[in-house]
Amino acid sequence: MNKNKEQLLNKRYKAEQRFRLYGLSAIFMALLFLTIFIFKIFSTGYSAFQKTWLIVPVTFDAELMMLDQNPSKEDLQDADYYDIALKSMADLDPNANEDQENELKRMVSYFFEKEIKNELLNDPNLIGKTKEVYLTASDDLDQVFKGNYPRDLPEDQRRVSDYQLKIFDQLVANGKVESKFNISFFTNADSREAELAGIASSFMGSIFSILVCLMIAFPVAVLAAIYLEEFAPKNRFTDFIEVNINNLAAVPSIVFGLLGLGVLLAIFQLPRSTPLVGGITLSLMTLPTIIIAARASLKAVPPSIREAALAMGASRMQTTMHHTVPLSMPGTLSGTIIGLAQALGETAPLILIGMVAFVNTIPGSPMDPAASLPVQIYIWAESAERGFVEKVSACIMVLLGFLIIMNLFAQIIRHKFEKKWS
Amino acid sequence: MIKIKAKDVDVFYGKKQALFNISLDIEENQVTALIGPSGCGKSTFLRCLNRMNDVIDICSVKGEILINDFNINDKSCDVVRLREKIGMVFQKPNPFPKTLYENVSYGPTIHGMAQSKQEMDEIVETSLKKAALWDEVKDRLHEPGTGLSGGQQQRLCIARAISVRPEVILMDEPCSALDPIATAQIEELIDELKKEHTIIIVTHSMAQAARVSQNTGFFHLGQLIEHGSTDKIFKNPDNKKTQDYITGRFG
Repeated sequence: MNKNKEQLLNKRYKAEQRFRLYGLSAIFMALLFLTIFIFKIFSTGYSAFQKTWLIVPVTFDAELMMLDQNPSKEDLQDADYYDIALKSMADLDPNANEDQENELKRMVSYFFEKEIKNELLNDPNLIGKTKEVYLTASDDLDQVFKGNYPRDLPEDQRRVSDYQLKIFDQLVANGKVESKFNISFFTNADSREAELAGIASSFMGSIFSILVCLMIAFPVAVLAAIYLEEFAPKNRFTDFIEVNINNLAAVPSIVFGLLGLGVLLAIFQLPRSTPLVGGITLSLMTLPTIIIAARASLKAVPPSIREAALAMGASRMQTTMHHTVPLSMPGTLSGTIIGLAQALGETAPLILIGMVAFVNTIPGSPMDPAASLPVQIYIWAESAERGFVEKVSACIMVLLGFLIIMNLFAQIIRHKFEKKWS
Repeated sequence: MIKIKAKDVDVFYGKKQALFNISLDIEENQVTALIGPSGCGKSTFLRCLNRMNDVIDICSVKGEILINDFNINDKSCDVVRLREKIGMVFQKPNPFPKTLYENVSYGPTIHGMAQSKQEMDEIVETSLKKAALWDEVKDRLHEPGTGLSGGQQQRLCIARAISVRPEVILMDEPCSALDPIATAQIEELIDELKKEHTIIIVTHSMAQAARVSQNTGFFHLGQLIEHGSTDKIFKNPDNKKTQDYITGRFG
């Protein structure tokens, strides 16, 4: 009998140990995958925050620019920079033939003309003089400089020719290639050229979408939650509504996208590809999340507080607005932020309402066409060019950073307000 | 003088009947204790008096309850006005998670009882003084009410209840969560409050009923078995069940 008991006890201890082991290994696995994922993204993406520049001497030849003596500001604006830009690239190799001059031109971005123009606009005294100007390297050379380019491939399988590599290596040897922080990644809109592509459009698109989503979903959801929790009678009809709200939370997001397409774009004729439509579509998706969070936090307010207020002669409305709702706000707000974070990472519905379009302008309002961060990731990940690979990871990093900040904010709200009265 | 007159009150929770035919008169400016074993319906009856049972969806109340000769179960009765006149103190101290000052000033604020900040300060001070809490908290009126001890919290709830000068105060086992010292303070307070208010107290402690009340009603299984002066109920009850309960033979 005694021995039996001891065996039983041992068995129980062993079971507990096994259980702990399972738990630990599960956590370990999760952390391992997370680490691999983050490491992969960072190791691919960090180089996107650096941009390669070629330092090229440019001679601001007034004749080539078709400028008269003492040009005005407008003249400088309208001047022809293409020829001097072309010439300064061609001058990198005095012996270049016409084909090679073309290849030299393709070593920098098509933006080089603009960059030279800006240089002169900043300092009009440069006319007639020669100055070394920073020109954005083409995305392939950018990758070459970052060491991401397979130089040992046969030439016909590469987009960079042997000639370009030769000149580039000379420039590197002379210290005429520099890597600087990639500001344009944050200030430029999308571009077909990887070296010029930036996230400004999609970032603003995301912000506008989230704001529209917040402004629609939050008040509607909170009012719905307050009504259902505090005022609605508990009967079959409200049960039915509750079940359907929970179902709504489980509807795949692409269905909401179709709804946006069919209703907002087709029936209401709202402007396509805009954060306005995106935000409305996302708000439909976020609505049930916020309602559920708000109801849960309303439920968590102890009934004794309601009774206290009612017994003081407060009306139901006063009880709700003075006591229950303020007490439930921390939970509601953090639920809202988590719902918004979900919406921020949503891609499928936005693709359906056209936010996947190529947008090379930065939106100034929710009515302007824009992309959004996750859609931008999708667009770049689809691009064949090598230069976009690191951009995808960098964009993921920005999106993750955004999400982490939002979640942190949710935590802070919850903590700050809960601490106050405990 | 009779303050409250309950006539043939039946209470149902859904299909289940919780109170049967309760008729009870409650004297003005006296303490009436409602005693009985758990689940006998004494709290349910208490909650009928300020219509707190309205909050429970499935609960329905039948019969007449006359307060100042006005039937509070009548459709024309406004619960907000009713609860302004009939305050309530609950079993567990339930101060609002706000400051002491806000706790006491809440009732006068929503009922518009103070014209100025000064008037409100006065109401808060007198209420806290009447609840014998003023001296302990006068320096920290703007600290959270939830930071007080259990007994202080309950006195805060009493101060909150009397801040709107109710005619009747209902107390639902106000001392069951308190230690003996805090209980003694509350009992003393009840004695003091009955000068201005009619008090009805539900209690599990027969000793407490004997100490604080002038009248006692004994409930059992949803029925009012016996009621009368506390002296009579405790010393010479008519009913055998009352006798058994009081002497501790059941309950």
